Amino acid sequence: MNARDAVLLAIIIVGGTMGELCVTRAMKIIGEVHTFYPHHILRTLGRAFRVGWMWLGLVLMGLGFFSLLMILSWENVSFVVPVTALSYVIGALGGKFMLGEQIAPRRWAGVLLVCVGVLLVCVS
Amino acid sequence: MKFPHRLHGKTIFMLGVMTVFGALGDVLLRKGMKQVGGITAWSLSALGHAFVRTFRTETIWMGIGSLLLFFVAYLMVLSWADYSYVQPASATGYFFVVLLGYLILGEVIAPMRWIGVLVICLGVMLVGGTPPRTTEEG
Repeated sequence: MNARDAVLLAIIIVGGTMGELCVTRAMKIIGEVHTFYPHHILRTLGRAFRVGWMWLGLVLMGLGFFSLLMILSWENVSFVVPVTALSYVIGALGGKFMLGEQIAPRRWAGVLLVCVGVLLVCVS
Repeated sequence: MKFPHRLHGKTIFMLGVMTVFGALGDVLLRKGMKQVGGITAWSLSALGHAFVRTFRTETIWMGIGSLLLFFVAYLMVLSWADYSYVQPASATGYFFVVLLGYLILGEVIAPMRWIGVLVICLGVMLVGGTPPRTTEEG
């Protein structure tokens, strides 16, 4: 992995995770989806796009997406995508400190194990 | 907070949809970007040309379609389950990405990489044993 890869992976991980947290916040404001009829899903999406957090989330996720496209033009998907699992650390921290979710010790252990796996993928 | 039983079935179903279409989408993006070619020049005009070439590639649009299906399923499941449950639980997709990369794109996967991905999945199994919602229903 070179410096260019590291920068793009950082944008994918941080931008993508922060974007997902913003989108989650928007969906929590909308409330639980109870049915899966297409018109209900469309109505839910319509309501979601009137929440500012959704737009901020989409901009950040878009930044992550274009960085992903760029790095996929020269790196294998079997390397790039598993490395992005590092977002679990940021995700767990964000879930705890931004959304007030409780993270059980067992979940922290799982997150750590995922990090070890990512390390193995990096050195392979 | 106690995890309502009715959430189990639909959560598992939606996680399955996310796993399959998320992994397929990533593999299609790699296939498409291989067709576009490596983006090595960083000037604005070179990036602009790469942008146009990328979105003229059919496989990229197939990948985006697959990822959109993933995203809609993701939004649905986030409306009732915790983010810090959904994100790790959907990580079985990492295994499928590597598997599809091997099967569809013919990527060479070193044994260490398979082990790494399996360790990731083990972490996911640990995480998946926790309740999907810990915050109050709003």
